[in-house]
Amino acid sequence: MRTELRRVWQGTALVAAALLAAGALAETSGAAAEEASKTGADWKSWHANTDVTDLPSVQRGARNFRNYCLGCHSLKYERWSRLGSDLAIPEKLLETDLIPPGDKPTQYIMTTMPAADAETWFGKVPPDLSLMARARGRDYLYQFLTTFYVDPARPTGANNLRLPTTAMPHVLSELEGLKAAVFRDVAKPGEGGAVGHEQVFDHFEPLAQGRLSPAEYQAFVRDTVNFLDYVGEPTQAARRSLGVWVVLFLLVFTWLAWLVKREYWKDVH
Amino acid sequence: MSVKNASGAPATLPSTKGATPSPLWAWINKRLPVDQFIQDQLIGYYAPKNFNIWYFFGSIALVVLALQLLTGIFLTMFYKVGETTSFDSVEYIMREVNYGWLIRYLHSTGASAFFIVVYLHMFRAFLYGSYRKPRELLWLFGMAVYLALMAEAFMGYVLPWGNMSFWGAQVIVNLFGTIPGIGPGLVEWIRGDYGIADATLNRFFALHVVALPLGLLLLVVLHLVALRTTGSNNPDGIEIKEKLGPDGKPLDGIPFHPYYTVKDVVGIGIFFVLLAIVVFFVPTLGGLFLESPNFEVANPLSTPEHIAPVWYFTPFYAILRAVPDQRWGALLMLLAVVSFLFVPWLDRSPVKSMRYRGPLSRIALALFALSFVALGYLGLQPAEGLYVVLARIFAAIYFAFFWLMPFYSKFDPVKPVPERVVYHAH
Amino acid sequence: MADNAVVADGDVDLSRRKFLTRATIATGAVGAAFVAVPFIESWAPSERARAQGAPTELDLSKLDAGQMATTVWRKSPIYVVRRTADMVARIAGHDGELKDPNSEKSEQPPYAKNPIRARSDEYLVLVGTCTHLGCLPKQRFSAGELYPSWPGGFFCPCHGSRFDLAGRVFEGSPASLNLRVPPYSYPKPHTLLIGVDEKGAA
Repeated sequence: MRTELRRVWQGTALVAAALLAAGALAETSGAAAEEASKTGADWKSWHANTDVTDLPSVQRGARNFRNYCLGCHSLKYERWSRLGSDLAIPEKLLETDLIPPGDKPTQYIMTTMPAADAETWFGKVPPDLSLMARARGRDYLYQFLTTFYVDPARPTGANNLRLPTTAMPHVLSELEGLKAAVFRDVAKPGEGGAVGHEQVFDHFEPLAQGRLSPAEYQAFVRDTVNFLDYVGEPTQAARRSLGVWVVLFLLVFTWLAWLVKREYWKDVH
Repeated sequence: MSVKNASGAPATLPSTKGATPSPLWAWINKRLPVDQFIQDQLIGYYAPKNFNIWYFFGSIALVVLALQLLTGIFLTMFYKVGETTSFDSVEYIMREVNYGWLIRYLHSTGASAFFIVVYLHMFRAFLYGSYRKPRELLWLFGMAVYLALMAEAFMGYVLPWGNMSFWGAQVIVNLFGTIPGIGPGLVEWIRGDYGIADATLNRFFALHVVALPLGLLLLVVLHLVALRTTGSNNPDGIEIKEKLGPDGKPLDGIPFHPYYTVKDVVGIGIFFVLLAIVVFFVPTLGGLFLESPNFEVANPLSTPEHIAPVWYFTPFYAILRAVPDQRWGALLMLLAVVSFLFVPWLDRSPVKSMRYRGPLSRIALALFALSFVALGYLGLQPAEGLYVVLARIFAAIYFAFFWLMPFYSKFDPVKPVPERVVYHAH
Repeated sequence: MADNAVVADGDVDLSRRKFLTRATIATGAVGAAFVAVPFIESWAPSERARAQGAPTELDLSKLDAGQMATTVWRKSPIYVVRRTADMVARIAGHDGELKDPNSEKSEQPPYAKNPIRARSDEYLVLVGTCTHLGCLPKQRFSAGELYPSWPGGFFCPCHGSRFDLAGRVFEGSPASLNLRVPPYSYPKPHTLLIGVDEKGAA
């Protein structure tokens, strides 16, 4: 598996490098604000814009997770049955389409990839994602999944702007397509008056189209991030709906208490 | 007496002697002075009638203490202390215990709420000179409550065993290493291991759940007894006991019950509305009440990008980092807390309340409040560049407030203090 | 400033005062009751307990005739006995010695309210907890094992309660009820599912 994976990524990297060389010869169009967002120069300001109350989106995210993430990442605090009931997924569908064969609905969502092997293949155990949305934030996750670029220097052939030198391969490349990152040289004041140089990201160059259009891919990522947002705190929907009643009740109570206070304080002069 | 009804007769106050007591009530009271307590401490205890908004926070603090005790006890029923179990057990509470998420958020929000309330409560003392003679001991007990609360909150934060729990503990415990001579040994003794470890977590659990709550309760009781002994101060800084009516009660006082019990319920109601809004809609408050790095388990090999204590410690943290030397920084941070203790004796003004003090005292207090908030903000930022410069400036203002007080409070012109309290019906 | 308090303008409406106070206290009491709910509910079995209490499956093909298998469901031991024809015959003939021969007072699903206390002769499914104080009864399936007229069944070592091969309690036992039968069903041939029957999951 390890050498196979490596060959796949090396092959991709070669193709990408070839395309990159070809693309470098072509001219780039003039810079405009829209161009900046298309080519990714403003990636740090990309927002997930997810709405965890959008149930169909979270459901699609669950499907996406099952198909593209569960191979390496677990959700060790979430049970399949909980997923099913929170996301209104019928039991039959849960068993046939989501739960891996052999696992029971009451079990926690675990990946089948053995941790020891993962460490050998990737150098790092793919982290559990139950709390990733709470730990890093939705924007981080969105940016992570949309700033992969081809990098022959990496063992996986891919690198990432949000998490440079990530051990994760560009798993979604078949959907997103491939892109290269173009850096520019920037002078940086170094120590003792010397002038250093650093590579600053400039823009992306699309290399190969994926199965999804850019808009479709962004929606895909948005759904997946939305799902991770839900998994981070499955009780959040109940929390908000209960909160409305609690605050209303407390307002009524406080108003009554204030009337009592005003009544008694008529005595005081 | 300032409590009368329409015909000018004294208003009917609730009395436990009026109606014939039930036999059960009589039986209890022959064995435990419940009735006497209510009469003496609540109805018979007169508080100044001119309390304003700044006087809500004491009773609110009591309510928050009760809330923390209740939610804390319930959390202990499900939490499993241990470096391999703590983090998972908190997620178990959040996801699988019925309403566990609510109990947890009440406790985490309650902790921050406690400090907001306590800081406002303390600020009132500065506004009206509530720490002045004869209330110095009241102030000292209050400071002891504050110190115990800081220890309690610090240890409580370690218990989820998230990455910020671990690294926050690491940084703060290491501070004790700056003590000359005994430092390193002391740090190892506190930790019970060569680094923050399971031993540290377990003992912090015992202290947080048993020892410090008991200590806090004792100190709060002493604080209340000291208050009862001297009676409360008020926004005009006048001693109401100096002007008694023919019934021996202060002319400017009103019975605590029912007037302040009824008023405090309103304050508590408003507090609960605000608490509920946070608990149910923004429990993490953008990372201020529940910090993001703490949603990852403790990792001794990976430091969070910015180690910062929870917001209520950040003013002191900013002072610590403002000094380029670790030992002097720790000392100055300690002094920042300890300075509060000396205030009753640093204040040389002839008047108690800010209402009758001159511009120097007012500016000093305003600058102090500003520097406290500014330092709090700076403590959350990385310690570099402009942030460090500003931290030093505000730290200087902070200490000037305390240690220049003997001078500016003495030479500040004062306004004449009225004979009777200023009261507007409301 | 006036010396003493001034007369109030407007009457003190004592009844309004009482009404408002009572309304507020009542609302507060309702609020307190609602606040109690999450704390009380937190004690109810958590999702983990409910997941662990999910139905238990047992493969019956491994169980020989005359043998008993023990499994667990909802933290209780479950006895599954594959009764031989002889064992089934020894269930009858001693109704007069039983405290509850028709299982009127004992606890079992409708399909087990019969002399064999099971869906079929072959398999007996019981909660292996003595209905006296909770010990695990031991199997004594052979006739005459305890005393000459012993038809076979269960004997509890803690205080001496005796049950027959349908789990029914004998007179003279400290226990008063027959051994409980849990809900169960046969979703597939040779498969026993404890915790699920016609009524759904328990």
